[in-house]
Amino acid sequence: MTDVKITIIDREGIAHEVDAPTDMAMNLMEVVRSYELAPEGTIGVCGGMAMCASCQCYVLSDHDLPEKQDDEEAMLSEAFDVKENSRLGCQIQITPAMDGLKVELAPES
Amino acid sequence: MIKTDILIIGAGPTGLFTVFEAGLLKLKCHLIDALPQPGGQCSEIYPKKPIYDIPAYPEILAGDLTEKLLEQGKQFEPGFTLGERAETIEKQEDGTFIVTTNKGTKHHAPVVAIAGGLGSFEPRKPQISNIQAYEDRGVEYMIKDPELYRDKKVVIAGGGDSALDWSIFLADVAKEVTLVHRRNEFRGALDSVEKVQDLKNQGKINLITPAEVVGLSGEGKLEAVSIKLNSEAEPFDLACDHFVPLFGLSPKLGPMANWGLEIEKNAIKVNNALDYQTNIPGVFAIGDVNTYPGKLKLILCGFHEATLMCQAAYQIINPGKRYVLKYTTVSGIDGFDGSRKEAPKAVVKAIE
Repeated sequence: MTDVKITIIDREGIAHEVDAPTDMAMNLMEVVRSYELAPEGTIGVCGGMAMCASCQCYVLSDHDLPEKQDDEEAMLSEAFDVKENSRLGCQIQITPAMDGLKVELAPES
Repeated sequence: MIKTDILIIGAGPTGLFTVFEAGLLKLKCHLIDALPQPGGQCSEIYPKKPIYDIPAYPEILAGDLTEKLLEQGKQFEPGFTLGERAETIEKQEDGTFIVTTNKGTKHHAPVVAIAGGLGSFEPRKPQISNIQAYEDRGVEYMIKDPELYRDKKVVIAGGGDSALDWSIFLADVAKEVTLVHRRNEFRGALDSVEKVQDLKNQGKINLITPAEVVGLSGEGKLEAVSIKLNSEAEPFDLACDHFVPLFGLSPKLGPMANWGLEIEKNAIKVNNALDYQTNIPGVFAIGDVNTYPGKLKLILCGFHEATLMCQAAYQIINPGKRYVLKYTTVSGIDGFDGSRKEAPKAVVKAIE
């Protein structure tokens, strides 16, 4: 199996269960963009360098996610609407361990 | 009034390369950009990051790409209006355009090429309920004239390079500099972080971390900010004349969205079968700012689009005038500054 199921709640509050490939080196931000769950230009603005926080999301399931690296930590410390469960989608790689992940996109800022 | 052949809105890589391609067709360019320096995202967001998909460059730093593009187009003497945002476009009776910036600078050209990337970079404003009331009354989101802060009490918020660099700079200018950041850690160039540490030790920068500015007060102008330390339940007031939140910039399509252009997915629809013209004849959109079936937002695609657009611009500016594509290797490059670059001539000489 090369796809995992991920549930993404968009900025309008609508939940989407999508298939995400694990073999294309994709991250969560790119999955959101590939399904156009947020308008182009409002997500992944910096391209995935942890430099804009436009892909901030709240992790709702209790998956064991990789630890935040320094640059993600630093960006989240400057972003708005940050909560305990905030992560940058661009820093979460889609791996088999992500099956069943549920996230909600943070508001656009 | 600034007059040119092709008015380019956006001085990122696509806009800069347009200067070169237009120059080959003897068309002059002028560029407008909201940022104070050319390069667009490449110089504003990630100048020190490598790019790996520029043809013939296995690796190039975004800042170096900007430098090289400027160098490549230099002999075509582009003009620049920097730090100003294109605000309005007015089509004239003769089909030419006048584009006016937010500072009132007027530009007149027969062809407009929008190479605006994701839009103009606007500062990200912190969520403080009454902040708008103090804008330009003590709250500034960008430091344009450091002299404004001479002998004033300044509070800067943020944890990145610009917060660090301006704190360092203003330490010698302002009466008092306070830097507030949500964490103890800062993200910036190592020497900037160390310099702030030094200035803090010398008592020249008042560092308050981890903390956040949560409120503003003052009659008619800013007089104090309210700062909440993470460790305390209640915020405290700190008297100041200026509050400068530096939380980065985010791109917005901005006023261009009201120019009557066909917009789809926050981008401008163009005719990709032909010349990247928009629904307004004479106005083109190239690079990340445009969209068409199969569009890819890549610098190298922007270069291609710019090249085809210039051919169409030539036809508009020189109707009916013959031209055929020439190779730079064959024809060389004649700059508007009188310079000439050409391939060295082969030697014709007998070998005895």
